[in-house]
Amino acid sequence: MRRLALAAALAILGTVPWWIGGTYYINIASQILFYAIFALGVNVLAGYAGLVSLGHAGLFGIAAYAGARIMNDGHGQLVVAAGALGVTLLVSAAFAVLALRGTGLGFVMITVALGQIVWGVAYRWISITNGDNGIAIRGRPSPLGLSLTTPASFYWATFVVFLLAVGSMAVFVASPFGASVRGTRDQPLRMNALGYHVWMIRFLAFLFSGFWSGVAGLLYLYYNQFVSPQAVALTASAEALLMVIAGGTATLLGPIAGAALVVVVKNVASAYIERWNFVLGAIFVVIVVFMPEGLVPGTVRRWRRALAALRPRPTAAG
Amino acid sequence: MNLWVVLAVNSITLGGLLFLLSAGFSLIFGLMKIPNLTHGSFFMLGAYLATSLIAHGFDFWTAAILGGLLVAALGGIVERLILRRLVGAELAQVLVTLGLSFMIADVCLLVWTGDPIRIATPAALRGATSVMGLGFPTYRLAISLIAVVFAVLLWMLLDRTRLGAMIRAGVDDPAMARVVGIRVSRLFTIVFCLGAWLAGFAGVIGGPILSVYPGLDQEMLPLALVVVILGGSGSLVGSLVGSFVVGFLYNFGQAMFPELAYVVLFLPMLVVLVVRPQGLFGRQAV
Repeated sequence: MRRLALAAALAILGTVPWWIGGTYYINIASQILFYAIFALGVNVLAGYAGLVSLGHAGLFGIAAYAGARIMNDGHGQLVVAAGALGVTLLVSAAFAVLALRGTGLGFVMITVALGQIVWGVAYRWISITNGDNGIAIRGRPSPLGLSLTTPASFYWATFVVFLLAVGSMAVFVASPFGASVRGTRDQPLRMNALGYHVWMIRFLAFLFSGFWSGVAGLLYLYYNQFVSPQAVALTASAEALLMVIAGGTATLLGPIAGAALVVVVKNVASAYIERWNFVLGAIFVVIVVFMPEGLVPGTVRRWRRALAALRPRPTAAG
Repeated sequence: MNLWVVLAVNSITLGGLLFLLSAGFSLIFGLMKIPNLTHGSFFMLGAYLATSLIAHGFDFWTAAILGGLLVAALGGIVERLILRRLVGAELAQVLVTLGLSFMIADVCLLVWTGDPIRIATPAALRGATSVMGLGFPTYRLAISLIAVVFAVLLWMLLDRTRLGAMIRAGVDDPAMARVVGIRVSRLFTIVFCLGAWLAGFAGVIGGPILSVYPGLDQEMLPLALVVVILGGSGSLVGSLVGSFVVGFLYNFGQAMFPELAYVVLFLPMLVVLVVRPQGLFGRQAV
C-alpha cells in the first residue's frame, strides 16, 4: 500500500511538465520543489533537533550569492556548485558554533541576528554583493551536457535533486544519527548522561540542515538567474519556517506539503491581492492558534479518526 | 563642529531611543519569556499613529503619549487574546509575534503609503544649545534627557515600588511568585502594555530624527535584539549599557566602515555570546 502510494506520487511528480499545462505552472512546480528542499533542510533543525532557526535564509542566500560570484568570475559549473556549497557549509559551521551557545529562545534570537548580519552585508557591502541591485548570472548550467534552459528540463533537474534530498532525509530519519538528534531534542540531559555528545550532534544536524538550504539556494539562483537582498531578508526565513510549521514539523511529508501550500498561496494571492505579507502573517497566526500541529499531522489525525468511525466497533462484542 | 563630537552626540541620542525600545523588550523577555518580535512594529506604529494625530491638530507631546497609549492598547489586546493561549510554547510565540509584525507592517504600508514621513521637531526644541562653547542640536539633547528620566523612573518603579518587587519576583521565579500570591498573569499584561507603550513612545520621539518609513520596524528590531543579548534579558542596567554601546557602535561603524556597519554592530554581540552567553548583566542563561 505504501509502496503503491510512493510509486503513484513519483509517477505524478515525474510527469508534471506533460500534464500540468503551460510553462507558468511548470515554473511554479519547480519553485515548489526547491522550496521543499529548503523546508526539508530547515525541518532538520526546527523539527527533529527542536532548534528553531530564523536565519536560514542567510544560508540559502549565501549559497546563491557565492554561486553568482563564482560563476561571474568565469569558473565552470562544477566549481560553482562545489564552491557555493563549500562556502555555505563553512558559514553554517560558523553560525552553528555561535547559535548553539543558546538553545530555545536564545537560539532563535541569535539566528535572527546572524540572518540580519547576512542581510546587512548583502544590502550594504556593495563592492561584493552589488547592494540592492543584486547580482545577475549568465544562464543556467548544463550538467552532463543537458541544457536546462526550458522550464520542463529545469523541472526535471530540480526533481532529481529533490529526490536526492528526500532520500537523504529518509535515511537520516531512520539512522541512529537521526534518532540521536531527536534524543537531544526530547531529553538533552539524559542523552548527555548516556554518553552522547549533545553539542556535536546538534552541530552536525546544523551542517546537514545548512547543506540542503544551500542546495536550495543554488537552485533558486539557477531558476531566477538573479539574487538580491530580498532572498536573505527575515521574511524569507520566516516563510521557510512557515512551510515547515504549516505542513507539520518533524515529518518527512510536512515540509513538502507546506512548501507547496506557501508557494501556491503566494502566487495565487499575489495575482489577486497586493497584500501578500498580510496574508502570510495571518496564515502564521491562524495556524499557530488553531492548528498548532501542522496541516499534515492534523489531517492524518482526522483521517484516522474518520476511518475508525467507519469500522464496526469490536469493544462492544468483546 | 568636530565630526567626532557630532558622532558622539548622535550615538547618545540613538542610545537613548534604543533604551526606551529595549527596556520594554528586555522586561517582556525576562518576565514572560516571550521573544516579542512585534516590538519593532510597535516602534514604527507609534510613530505612524503620531503623524496622523499631529495632522489632526494634536501637539507633539500629546501625540507622543497618545500614540504610545494606542500602541499599548494594541499590545494589551495581543497579549490577552493571543499570547495568553500560548504560554510556554516558545516556537508558537515567535511565529505569532512575527506573523503579527508582518500584518502590522502591511497595514501601515496600506494606510500611510510607502513614502517616508518626517515628524516635525517641536518648536521649542529647534535649533542648537551651546554647552561648554560647543553648539549641540537641542532636540537630540532633549531625547538623551528623556531617556535618562525614563531610566530613573523605570529603576524607581522596579526597585522602589510594590509592583516592581512583584515584577522582579516574577522574573526570578514565576512559580514561586504565584505561590506567594502574586498574580503573575496580570503582571504579564501590565509589563506587556508598558513595554509596548515605551516602544510606541520611542518611535514618536525618534520621528524627528529617523522619520517614519516602511522597514523601520525590521531595522529597529535587530538593534533591540542586540541590546538584549549584550545586556542580558530582564536587566534594566543591561538595557541601558547595551543601548549606549549599540548606539555608539552603530554611528561610529556607519561613519568609519559604511559597508560593514552591520558587521561592526554584531561583532561585540558575538564576543559576548562566546564569553558570557547570559549577557553582561544577565543572571541566567537565555
